[in-house]
Amino acid sequence: MEYIIEMLNITKVFPGVIANEKVTLQLRKGEIHALLGENGAGKSTLMSILFGMYQPDEGIIKVKGNEVVINDPNHANALGIGMVHQHFKLVHNFTVTENIILGKEDNKLGFLKTKAAIHKIQSLSDKYKLKVAPNALISEISVGMQQRVEILKMLYRDSEILIFDEPTAVLTPQEISELMSIMKQLSKEGKSIILITHKLNEIKKVADRCTILRKGKLVSTVNVNETASEKMAEMMVGRKVVFGVVKQPAKIGDPVLKVENLSMASNNSEKMLINKVSFSVNRGEIVCIAGIEGNGQTELVHLITGLIPHKQGKITLNNKDITNYSIREKTLSGIGHIPEDRHKHGLVLDYNLAYNLILQTYFTARFQKRGLLKFKNIYQFARDLITQYDIRSGQGPYTIVRSMSGGNQQKTIVAREIIREPDLLIAVQPTRGLDVGAIEYIHQQIIKHRDEGKAVLLVSLELDEVMNLSDRILVIYEGEIVADLDPKSTNENELGLYMAGSKRGEVGAS
Amino acid sequence: MLAKILNYINTSEKRINIISLFLAIVTGLLFGLVIMIIVSPRDSFPAFLTILTGGFRDIGRVLEIATPLIFTGLSVGFAFKTGLFNIGAPGQLMIGAISAIYIGVRVTFLPAPIHWIVAVLCAGLAGALWGAIPGILKAYRNVNEVVATIMMNYISLYFVSYAVEYQLYDLKNARSLTVAKSAQLPYLGLDKIFTPNTVNFGFILAIIAIVIIYIILEKTTFGFELKAVGFNQHSSKYAGVNDKKGIIMAMLISGLLSGLAGAAIYLTDSFGRHLETTEILIAEGFNGIPVALIGFSNPIGIFFSAIFIGFIELGGFYMQRYDLAPEIIDIIIASIIYFSALLILFRGIIIRLLKHNRFKHKKREEEDG
Ligand SMILES: Nc1ncnc2c1ncn2[C@@H]1O[C@H](COP(=O)(O)OP(=O)(O)OP(=O)(O)O)[C@@H](O)[C@H]1O
Ligand SMILES: [Mg+2]
Repeated sequence: MEYIIEMLNITKVFPGVIANEKVTLQLRKGEIHALLGENGAGKSTLMSILFGMYQPDEGIIKVKGNEVVINDPNHANALGIGMVHQHFKLVHNFTVTENIILGKEDNKLGFLKTKAAIHKIQSLSDKYKLKVAPNALISEISVGMQQRVEILKMLYRDSEILIFDEPTAVLTPQEISELMSIMKQLSKEGKSIILITHKLNEIKKVADRCTILRKGKLVSTVNVNETASEKMAEMMVGRKVVFGVVKQPAKIGDPVLKVENLSMASNNSEKMLINKVSFSVNRGEIVCIAGIEGNGQTELVHLITGLIPHKQGKITLNNKDITNYSIREKTLSGIGHIPEDRHKHGLVLDYNLAYNLILQTYFTARFQKRGLLKFKNIYQFARDLITQYDIRSGQGPYTIVRSMSGGNQQKTIVAREIIREPDLLIAVQPTRGLDVGAIEYIHQQIIKHRDEGKAVLLVSLELDEVMNLSDRILVIYEGEIVADLDPKSTNENELGLYMAGSKRGEVGAS
Repeated sequence: MLAKILNYINTSEKRINIISLFLAIVTGLLFGLVIMIIVSPRDSFPAFLTILTGGFRDIGRVLEIATPLIFTGLSVGFAFKTGLFNIGAPGQLMIGAISAIYIGVRVTFLPAPIHWIVAVLCAGLAGALWGAIPGILKAYRNVNEVVATIMMNYISLYFVSYAVEYQLYDLKNARSLTVAKSAQLPYLGLDKIFTPNTVNFGFILAIIAIVIIYIILEKTTFGFELKAVGFNQHSSKYAGVNDKKGIIMAMLISGLLSGLAGAAIYLTDSFGRHLETTEILIAEGFNGIPVALIGFSNPIGIFFSAIFIGFIELGGFYMQRYDLAPEIIDIIIASIIYFSALLILFRGIIIRLLKHNRFKHKKREEEDG
């Protein structure tokens, strides 16, 4: 029995698209097996099939050498398969503990044996250093902790085969390296892991083998230590990929955004989430807010865009005081916003692609006349963007966005926000979940936006992105801007020190 | 055989929906039959045949019964499409009804066409107001609309009882007064096509409402906003949609439709229906829920599902000539309606069967080769 899981010649067809075409994936016991492919290549679909959420149209699955048909996720659990989904599946108004035991509630005469469950969760979280707050509500904890909850959920069910669908897309660099060592420990204990990620360095770091998909087809399965990153990227995209960013020096113009003394107190404590923040972003520059997650980036962006009602301070856009503008007014006066949480804010998942592309412009003369939507223009506009941004989906503008792959959902938002040519583009983690080819493209677009004399405010947790893309770096720590740096004269180490709060710099009011 | 059918269904959403609806209706009918067999074995089959065919005897009556159901079905379905569950249709209907009757009885100085038009408008307005209150509570205080609309039902129930008893009471018949002739909905020649005294302007208004609601939902920026708020309040807010206004407007329109149902039922002559002081919520209100479910909340679907229910109800009416207690007939009709609304359940079963079928298919292929 060489393989613990074998997926042989799997084919899965969705309306308008072959998500998997005769794909074979064989997982050895105790290995970490990476799954690499462009956005929409069919990675999540293949794993959803293994987890019993979809039935393959063709092909067979063997678990420990025995052929099985996996009817549903419960069945997959019973076979020892666990999965952390690309978009988490947690019940938001349940506590951490309730979420972990949900679906496997041990009980005595109908009463939950909560104590035993808590005990087991506690020992698992100690063993793997998966820090969680067992009684906190999911809606109140960070994305990183939500993911640890998902991992505990698998371990609680004693799963032997663990599937991680883009686990690192939502994590901070620190959390990523913690996760990597947890995965290594798990594989040492004999658990077998499938890891989907777009980040080649992660594959290099932990994976033993890597299966590469392109447009639903298997390209090859390679041994990671014998294959260069560039080679893997090339196999996946089908062409050579340029790593790194090429850009001209910035031609800085007048200020577009000016933030003065912005403050916001926490709801349930005295603590200031945003404390007297002042900065400005000028035409022709990309300013990056760098920081460890949870230091006020989200609140800062929401205050500027209006998602959080404004409390203290002043916001000016192109010399106009927009502090008390509504969200719509802010959008119209020239703010574009690629939001942090694409499912919560960025998309109406049950609308089709075309509708999502006109989410903030449906009322403009181009798309409506006397309150009636102009469908011809709407769908033509959508088709143009789809081609321009290479948004891949089953049924073009008519595709319901919920069925699109995560990366293509992200491309939809990026396309929508950049095409409006906002004077100020606020991009929060704009390349989260994108493949290397798409990242390259989005970076070029952001730089082009800057070169057209627009301002860009970038919020990113990824140091690579911060260093390569920005013209100026503002470091945020506990709600305060603690440094204003030139990326050319700093390095990742120094940045790290500022981000951790152990160093403070001069903050010039530029 | 089953395997063949299942293969045909495939996985297309629409087909699954339609087939599950069909199965749900058939099961509802069979369930009704079973009750009849238990209660009255001798008459059960002829009586059942009456249910199935009785509606053909008087299409006018079917349309008359269907008219208020179209309104309440649209009311529930429209709210549902915008993410709200309006259980308040009965209350909104009754408030609409009492307003229409009040205008019809007391404001008699108005000439004929204006009188009934004003009565209809007031019914719609009153319903709209009644619906907007839970909408406002939801938008600004995050009060669950299910709870709020249920409460509003009882407020309107007792208010209507009071108003009938102390303001609009017809002592002789122990019911609300009949509205003036000028306030009765005109027949507009429809009585020449259908049975006299059945289909009137109410039906035309229902058709107009279907068209308008369809246009609002599918073709307008207003519908774009309302549905967006219904699907995802956060992203609509992000997109600059005024989500509070969206919720209130959706409930307001939903209430307006139910209010019109009240006008359609009660703006009629002395042979028609009248409000009574007995404390019950009007059935057409609650029946808006199954009508909307069977019609998939789609305005055109709602038209057909209201007609279907009108058909079954009239069949039940003709069943009275068999030896069945009226309550039994009500139970049978109600089971048919509510079973039909269980199509969601059937959807689940079909999807499960599809999976299972594929499994067996595979097994068979293996055995063959
Ligand atoms: N439920 C579904 N209905 C219809 N089409 C679907 C469905 N799920 C996935 N697809 C389509 O199948 C293709 C593969 O999607 P999948 O989610 O597997 O991609 P992926 O490799 O995980 O991409 P990403 O890296 O962007 O997450 C896409 O074109 C997608 O639109
Ligand atoms: Mg995916």
